[in-house]
Amino acid sequence: MPLNQALLGKEYPPVRYEVGREKLREFAESVGETNPIYHDEEAARAAGHPDIPAVPTFPVVLSRRVGQKVYEDPELGLDYSRVVHGEQEFTYHRPIFAGDRLLAAGRVAAVQARGRHELLAIETRVTTEDGEPVCSAVMTLIARGPSPSARGGS
Amino acid sequence: MTAAAEITPGQRLDQVVHTIERADLIRYAGASGDFNPIHWNDEWAKSVGLPGVIAHGMFSMGVAARMISAFADNPAAIKRLRVRFSAMIQPGQTLTVSGEVADIDGNRVKVRFWGEDEAGNRVLSKGETDLELG
Repeated sequence: MPLNQALLGKEYPPVRYEVGREKLREFAESVGETNPIYHDEEAARAAGHPDIPAVPTFPVVLSRRVGQKVYEDPELGLDYSRVVHGEQEFTYHRPIFAGDRLLAAGRVAAVQARGRHELLAIETRVTTEDGEPVCSAVMTLIARGPSPSARGGS
Repeated sequence: MTAAAEITPGQRLDQVVHTIERADLIRYAGASGDFNPIHWNDEWAKSVGLPGVIAHGMFSMGVAARMISAFADNPAAIKRLRVRFSAMIQPGQTLTVSGEVADIDGNRVKVRFWGEDEAGNRVLSKGETDLELG
């Protein structure tokens, strides 16, 4: 079943996310980042940060929560078992820090056929609860067509 | 923070080399919340046409970001980061991430990067990051 292209531009209400130090440490460890500023508050403050910063790919955690709402949208018609991650882009206004209280709002940025496959791009805009822009993420997913070929990264 | 004045076009970044273990993918699944079974269940992965479990693209991007973070020396310097996931990589394989300075405009530095497995297949391609250095 093809994706519903009428969903281009559809917006999803923001998800709340409270950034915990242990979560940032856990995520940094999971990608092998050992620089003390990502683990130790004193090292972070000595480097001029208000608290432990997130590693650059951490916003994907918020992006996934937003994405979940999009995948489960019955109007979209996505079979998640066919999905691989095609591309990822982050744009940063500032790093995420422990203690941030964030809102992540979603939008369908692209939905189109690509030969036998289909492409779905989900944009997540992250702000503080006070409306300060923090970063945005565009996750481009490829829904593989009916052939058994399994190209693509994730 | 790394100073833009110390950087030259074409300069190579220090590579990051990471041999992927199954435990990495399980740890990343837990930390990221991405529990798609193609990353930890071989039978499931094979049932959807994959050779076995494959790494999360975002795990590979996270490893690549270590190289960028080390070069920028300050997370606030990173303004944009993007990559394409162009091939899969599996536990037991080694990801080598390389990068070079593509352009310098005042304190703005553009870096291109890529990631390859041990056979030279491009796992990460079209990697780009924009930095604003001190």
